[in-house]
Amino acid sequence: MNKRKPELVQAFKVAFPHTIPVLTGYFFLGVAYGVLMQSKGYNFIWAGLMSAIAFGGSMQYVAIALLTTAFNPVQACILSFMVNARHMFYGLSMQSKYKGMGKIKNFLIYVLSDETFAVAYTLEAPPNINRRYFFFAISFLDYMYWVISSIIGGILGNFISFNTKGLDFVLTALFVVLFVEQLTKKANWLSGAIGVIATLVSLTIFGQRNFIIPAMVIIVCMLFCVRHKYEGSVKNTDVIESTCKIETIDKILNERSAD
Amino acid sequence: MFLTPLQTFIMILAIAAGTIVTRFLPFVLFPENKETPKFVMYLGRVLPTAMIGLLVVYCLKGVSVVTAPFGIPELIATVCIVVLHLWKRNVLISISVGTVVYMVLVQGVFC
Repeated sequence: MNKRKPELVQAFKVAFPHTIPVLTGYFFLGVAYGVLMQSKGYNFIWAGLMSAIAFGGSMQYVAIALLTTAFNPVQACILSFMVNARHMFYGLSMQSKYKGMGKIKNFLIYVLSDETFAVAYTLEAPPNINRRYFFFAISFLDYMYWVISSIIGGILGNFISFNTKGLDFVLTALFVVLFVEQLTKKANWLSGAIGVIATLVSLTIFGQRNFIIPAMVIIVCMLFCVRHKYEGSVKNTDVIESTCKIETIDKILNERSAD
Repeated sequence: MFLTPLQTFIMILAIAAGTIVTRFLPFVLFPENKETPKFVMYLGRVLPTAMIGLLVVYCLKGVSVVTAPFGIPELIATVCIVVLHLWKRNVLISISVGTVVYMVLVQGVFC
């Protein structure tokens, strides 16, 4: 137990800088959410509860409308599934990364938001840091930012009045940066292009409200169409490198648990 | 409050349930102790970049290129972020400068 604590603190220290963009974005959107909830008659306790239990930015905004119409939990559940369907792809993407995470894995999955996925996927723990603690720290910090911000919003209500117009662009900026970061590897160019083009096509056809799920379908279909291209390049690109990395990490983890 | 506290609480649980299913499904379908099918491994490798691309478009979905300001603030800010990031490779600098540029544009220039 004594050995664990400094390791955990160290992991939080190293992880924190990576979460600052999320902190900014979540603070703004979380406070706005708390304010909105309060304006509909749901005080900070409700805003905090919703954020802590349901934890899903866009769906929580949609849910405000659901909380002010007739009581229909089944419809709410289905809608929530549809709005958040993209999370299924995050789970697929994090399969190897979250392997061997042990007990904290369920928590990591429970709070796997857009931002946490994008940040955690593009990061690897530094060699001297406990990998489990590192990913726990990122997920936990992001989660707390959101919950605490929505409570703050609920308490402050309408007292906040500085001009924050445009501040929500911070999350767009975060995704743009992470996208650029991905594209620095040539092996990712094709799938990156597919992601953007498929989503634009879907947005044009289905409109702002319903484009995510069709976009996901188009992306998967296109990715399968180009599968041979990736299989051809598997031998020489950084794929082998990354599998090696995962294997080494597995080894280290196994050795640790054997100790 | 429109609903009773109990109804509200049930609504929260219902919304949480929908989200939880989307997050846990892949891990439940393909558990660690079983060999992951090849196509899932493939998707796990190529999906992330595509999904981050989707998220970029998702964030910019409300931008109209046919009505003023024609998405110019978003375009300028995004170009700033990309150039700055390729140059400095510092995530925090790229994001903060990009966001400040955007805020100045929408508050002071294109308002």
